[in-house]
Amino acid sequence: MIFLNLAIWLPILAGVVLLALGRDDNARAVRWMALVFALASFVVTIPLITGFDTAQAGMQFATDFTWIERFNAHYHVAVDGISVWFVLLTALITVVVVISAWEVITERVSQYMAAFLILSGVMVGVFAAVDGLLFYTFFEATLIPMYIIIGVWGGPKRIYASFKFFLYTLLGSLLMLVALVYLYIQSASFDILTWHKLPLSMTAQTGLFFAFLAAFAVKVPMWPVHTWLPDVHVEAPTGGSAVLAAIMLKLGAYGFLRFSLPIAPDASHHWAWLIIALSLIAVVYIGLVAMVQTDMKKLVAYSSIAHMGFCTLGFFIFNSLGMQGAIVQMISHGFVSAAMFLCIGVLYDRVHSRDIAAYGGVTNTMPWFATFAVLFAMANCGLPGTAGFVGEWMVILATTGFNFWVAALSATALIFGAAYTLWMVKRVYFGPVTKGSVSRLQDINAREFFMLAVLAVAVLAMGLYPKPFTDVMQVSVDALLKHVAQPKLL
Amino acid sequence: MMHFTSLPIYPEIFLLLMASVVTLLGTGASAARQKTTYVVTQISLGVLALMHLSELQLAQTVYGMQRMVVIDPLGHLLALSATLATMITMGFSRPYLASRDLLKGEFLSLAMFSLLGISVMVSANNFLVVYVGLELMSLSLYALTALRRDHAVSTEAAMKYFILGALASGFLLYGLSMMYGATGTLDIPNVFEALHKGTVNQQVLTFGLVFIVSGLAFKLGLAPFHMWVPDVYQGAPTAVTLLISGAPKLAAFGITFRILVEALSGQALDWQQMLIVLSVVSMTLGNLAAIVQSNLKRLLAYSAIAQLGFMLLGFTPTVVDMKTVLAANGYSSALFYIVTYVLTTLGTFGLIMVLSRNGFESEEVSDLAGLGKRSPWIAGVMALFMFSLAGIPPLVGFYAKFAVLQALVSTGNHGYIVLAVVAVLLSLIGAYYYLRIVKTMFFDEPADTTPIRGEVGATVLLALNGLAALGFGLLPDGLMSVCRDAVLKAINT
Repeated sequence: MIFLNLAIWLPILAGVVLLALGRDDNARAVRWMALVFALASFVVTIPLITGFDTAQAGMQFATDFTWIERFNAHYHVAVDGISVWFVLLTALITVVVVISAWEVITERVSQYMAAFLILSGVMVGVFAAVDGLLFYTFFEATLIPMYIIIGVWGGPKRIYASFKFFLYTLLGSLLMLVALVYLYIQSASFDILTWHKLPLSMTAQTGLFFAFLAAFAVKVPMWPVHTWLPDVHVEAPTGGSAVLAAIMLKLGAYGFLRFSLPIAPDASHHWAWLIIALSLIAVVYIGLVAMVQTDMKKLVAYSSIAHMGFCTLGFFIFNSLGMQGAIVQMISHGFVSAAMFLCIGVLYDRVHSRDIAAYGGVTNTMPWFATFAVLFAMANCGLPGTAGFVGEWMVILATTGFNFWVAALSATALIFGAAYTLWMVKRVYFGPVTKGSVSRLQDINAREFFMLAVLAVAVLAMGLYPKPFTDVMQVSVDALLKHVAQPKLL
Repeated sequence: MMHFTSLPIYPEIFLLLMASVVTLLGTGASAARQKTTYVVTQISLGVLALMHLSELQLAQTVYGMQRMVVIDPLGHLLALSATLATMITMGFSRPYLASRDLLKGEFLSLAMFSLLGISVMVSANNFLVVYVGLELMSLSLYALTALRRDHAVSTEAAMKYFILGALASGFLLYGLSMMYGATGTLDIPNVFEALHKGTVNQQVLTFGLVFIVSGLAFKLGLAPFHMWVPDVYQGAPTAVTLLISGAPKLAAFGITFRILVEALSGQALDWQQMLIVLSVVSMTLGNLAAIVQSNLKRLLAYSAIAQLGFMLLGFTPTVVDMKTVLAANGYSSALFYIVTYVLTTLGTFGLIMVLSRNGFESEEVSDLAGLGKRSPWIAGVMALFMFSLAGIPPLVGFYAKFAVLQALVSTGNHGYIVLAVVAVLLSLIGAYYYLRIVKTMFFDEPADTTPIRGEVGATVLLALNGLAALGFGLLPDGLMSVCRDAVLKAINT
């Protein structure tokens, strides 16, 4: 209904307004306007959660009318218990990103803010779309603002990174497009819910499964198509990295829930071993790779890949606890990874280095900041009481019921996660101050404090009392699993 | 009804009249006179567009001039688009030509005559009328290419265009005469009937068909008949490049449809294979060659080859498993593709003209460096065009490509599905060079930071053009159904 449409279009229109009004000399006004717009865009998502009927598994807040008659494509947006959280997460992260850019971005402020606002609206559109063509439109449209964000405000190798990002993800999603066209021809409709019910032969399901896998595995990213992510994270500006890790990766994982599993359930069961194997490689191997990184952003990027491995693992053991855990992990990783990248951004703004070796003893000069940073680091390694723990624990618990050895391997993530995160914390924050640049550091100001505090509250709230999150998704997840359990072979 | 037979072509008669008036007016050299000529031209084109629009809404099929021409929604849609394209071209060209002292009566009147040729072609019901229209358009365009007559590159381009163009016209004429030999008629419906009865000499027919397809491929600028395209695009004054790259493509689509689909659909099994080869070769060559271009106009020329190759795919699912039910779907997606492609291409060349003012030709890709800082709006609109050409939603180019792909895949035939996958992969290569232009505009540092202030009219036109690329992308439904209705009507009568 109106609030969901506002959540999509308000930030997009706000971005256009900022582009129209922004000039070099009114940067201050532009920042305030961007903040007001971002807050308004967040506020309109709140009724979606307060008015959400947790007893209902289907789509809520639906708007549906014919969009392109020739393809029988509809403008059909709605949310269920799975997608509603990502709408909120997207809007919240956008607010944080706008705040994070405040004094940092001094060039082309209006374009920067507009790019993030437009991106935010488009990503909400991806989560809300119930029509295949509409989904694809939003899914691909996210590439344009992100490409600009990386290319304009990125680091020295930004051009390479922006092209790699764009072409890599475009290749994956073109294969998905072929799958969407196939489904349209089979069902004469682009309605995703119709596709869920469409009986398909095993051959067709297998083809669809791999076409979707190509698109979503690149986006998640899963091993071995993850190589774009570290390159892009390193070059992207802080806000870009935060949005990329917190939300754009979730678009891929969300795709599994909305397309692969319900549309090709039999193929999903048949190929589950493959996804589980790839997820375990991501968890174990990428965890080891993260350990040897010397660049903080690269380390967090690899850690993101490992954490997303948990999500795909949770989906493909076909268990309610595991799937809820995976979704909780997606949300919590959204908070934690955004926070980690913002922390690196705070340091980078002051020292202009992301090298772990350039720091040491930051806690002596920036005690407030170090408190936050260590909290987020703990959440990243899954300390009980933080958001990071809940999802991982649920997935591991569910996996134990599935297969002991898979569970044992996935549980090593807790060890590796703790190892690479804590080792980085030790080298960056603790120990004596040996570098001149560190001794001159100023602690965070009110703006940075506020931005990190918002995320810290979210991380702790989710870690201490995750029930509201799981309550909302429970019914939808159960319905999805029930649907996936039934064969729909032709 | 015999004595009213020229009435249905009143838009063309009006155009001929106004073209003559403009020619007379354009002989005066004074600035005031030139301005009047320009205004008269634009007003008459505007009236012409309204005539076509009102006829299009009537959606009737009428024959005129002793059944030499057919007046149907397809003809009006193409003529309307061509008229609008010419109006936009003139809007972009005026400041550009004026600052180079090229804005003379010739430009306006020759452009109008070429439009007349286009209007005749798209509503031809007879092979000779096709040819007359084609020559009227082509001769005007040859002369326009040589407009900058003291410029060596320009003259060379005109020579090349003329010689190769004459050769292609010869091919087409030769092929059409073979058709006449085989069927004994030049009327399109009669040719169709003759083929349908099956009493024709197949050898002569196929022989003629090869020449017809070659001639059409040349006019569309498809590989391997594309040699003239890069040279002419680069060599002609940008205003003329815009004229060549816009409306004539619609005309080429029109005659391809009239000849191959309306007259020779009985031979579809033969020509659809030729078109598949042409389109795959064009997409491959166009996309690969565009990567290495540094001249923006040349790059866009190769991009045009690739884009038209993609459009041509829409013509190929004519006979699938001996059935023709899916053909209309393919044709209408090709029509949608060409109309929206022309819209986008007008904007890109228009932008080159907006940038290249005050005697400075902005033709290299590197001239766009830092445009995002110098003139963010102009750069933003150009980025929209590039993303549209690359086929990224929500820009219109995506829906055009999608419609064609859908037409291919819905055949259910494995060969066509492979073709669709090939087309998708080749357009991924294409995405690279379109992105490179966006990169040059936004990520590179400008050599010169003074903002570019385009002439107000041209800038507004550019903004509208960009808005159309986005608007038809967000809401493609209206134009798509117009295209579908036009094609259905043209096939069923």
